[in-house]
Amino acid sequence: MLNGGAGRRFPKRRPASPPPGDPPGGGEALRVVDVTKWYGGVQALDRVSMSVDAGEVVALVGDNGAGKSTLVDIIAGVVAPDEGEFYVRGERVAIRSTNDAALFGIRTVHQEHTLADNLSVVENLFLGRELSHGVGPLLRLDFASMQQRTSAAMSDLGITTIADIRAPVEKMSGGQRQSVSVARATLEKYPIVVLDEPTAGLGVAQVHRVMQLVLRLRAQGTAIVIVSQNIEEIFEVADRIVVLHLGKVGAILRRADTTPEAVVSAVMGVA
Amino acid sequence: MPAVASLLIIAIFFQSRSEYFLTPGNLSNLAVQATLVAIIALGEIFVLLLGDIDLSLGSLSGMTCAILGVLITNGHVPWLLAILVMLVCGTALGAFQGWWIAWLGIPAFVVTLAGNMGFLGLQLYILGPDGTLSIFDPNVAALTNTQVPPSVGWILAAIVTVAVVATTLVRYARGEVAVRSFGLPIAVTVLVVGAVAIFNAYRGIPMPFLILIGLLVVTWWITMHTSPGRHLFAVGGNAEAARRAGVQVKRIRLAAFAVSGFFAAVGGLFAASYNGSAGTLTGGGTLLLEAIGAAVIGGTSLFGGRGTVWSALVGALIMAGVANGLNLMNSDQPVKYMVQGVIVLLAVSLDTILRRRQSRGRQLGAAVA
Repeated sequence: MLNGGAGRRFPKRRPASPPPGDPPGGGEALRVVDVTKWYGGVQALDRVSMSVDAGEVVALVGDNGAGKSTLVDIIAGVVAPDEGEFYVRGERVAIRSTNDAALFGIRTVHQEHTLADNLSVVENLFLGRELSHGVGPLLRLDFASMQQRTSAAMSDLGITTIADIRAPVEKMSGGQRQSVSVARATLEKYPIVVLDEPTAGLGVAQVHRVMQLVLRLRAQGTAIVIVSQNIEEIFEVADRIVVLHLGKVGAILRRADTTPEAVVSAVMGVA
Repeated sequence: MPAVASLLIIAIFFQSRSEYFLTPGNLSNLAVQATLVAIIALGEIFVLLLGDIDLSLGSLSGMTCAILGVLITNGHVPWLLAILVMLVCGTALGAFQGWWIAWLGIPAFVVTLAGNMGFLGLQLYILGPDGTLSIFDPNVAALTNTQVPPSVGWILAAIVTVAVVATTLVRYARGEVAVRSFGLPIAVTVLVVGAVAIFNAYRGIPMPFLILIGLLVVTWWITMHTSPGRHLFAVGGNAEAARRAGVQVKRIRLAAFAVSGFFAAVGGLFAASYNGSAGTLTGGGTLLLEAIGAAVIGGTSLFGGRGTVWSALVGALIMAGVANGLNLMNSDQPVKYMVQGVIVLLAVSLDTILRRRQSRGRQLGAAVA
């Protein structure tokens, strides 16, 4: 096993060749192979492998502590794995940071720690990806463009409850804050989008909008990994379902060939 | 706004006690007195915005002042080069502390407390057994002991007025601001013209105050209109969210401490210019605590993520205004310290209460969502 999907052996931004026998890429957008992660004496992930194709929605499900968020954090470059490999569009890559993940076209909407409360909606949406104009020391933030695109993103998601996008998010409700987090995924066209519990805290109408967004992104050819506890939502949008159980892949199911009961059984480890 | 209101209350109160308080001469002196604390507070604000604290700024300021003294007086180094060296030293030592904090994860309180003692030791070592070095350099002295001629002051006021009006009109034409937002530019223009009129009624704008305003404008621009500046607020607001969004949190933290060290060195330069010497007491006493107090009184939060560089000016003016007013009332030093202590306590209490209310409001919002 090669060490580190975070790829410490590999120079940043240099994709290596896929292992022998692997498909040359084609429709495959992202593949993680044998990802393992330990937190002290606890093994959060045990040789987890999964993939997602362009234009496909893969749902990641599992009970609490199954390793879903750890896997998301690893794909996002937030956490470094102890072992494992990453392939983006068939090419081996090293993801050491969130910036590396963005460089390879991966955009993640996390469940927690997504917003800086003291910043406005606009600033949160563009945090780390700010639009600027000018040159050198005169480079300054382009607030007008950022506001314009934020309004468009909000409108796209049908978010009408946020009156002032220049107001700090600390004054907003949980649902509004979640809406802001999800809206991040729509700002730029990323080929791979990872959504960790994107509908948590949202109202019925907004959940519907998020599901519509997922389907729209899929229609545009985006590869989507969605983490959710809601079986109904999963069956609404997912093409494949990867079930994690105690840090291992318990099952990989095609939505068309399975039932909610079978998924629940796999989640409980009785499949 | 509470800080600006406090400034007005202080002005009205002390004017009612002494007719001399609001005279152009006294206000000019007050502006000069506030400058050194404001510069150290400005450095402190960069660190406070992260939610950290820098306890080394006073002694770092004194140590860089000692470096300047040795270079100019003993080494006969040209004054400009000597200033450059002291500024680089201050910045580098600030960055050094930032590295321990950002990369090794040592709490800023501990690192800068160690820095405080270490830099004081270095200051005493550099100054040697005599303990004081005279700095006879007319250029260094001119930095804080001269005034801008009134005609130049009016030209500067005109330039600021034209720039503010033009910028506001352009932004209005682009639809970026509404008419109701014209209050701030109008207030700024009135304040600038009023301040220049007051200073010119005495001897002109004090040079150190003008330099301070220049530094505030530059740092305001950086913190409000550039990515690194906004990242400073993001890290102070939620460091983990900033990291997940791709912000280079460690670099931002290191840069903030480097900037803080830079302003400590600028403070050392101003101290050298005021006193005409570098001594063992330079940067000592209550300077650091007054600077932290000024930043907080001015409206920068001790908990990170909230504040503005202008709070250094407003807070320092409040501190200097209270000291100046009590002087005019012939109050003793113990009374001054006690009054300043009460003001700092009130400012921090206000900050804590406001933060708690915001947090409660958020929880309530989440609960009803």
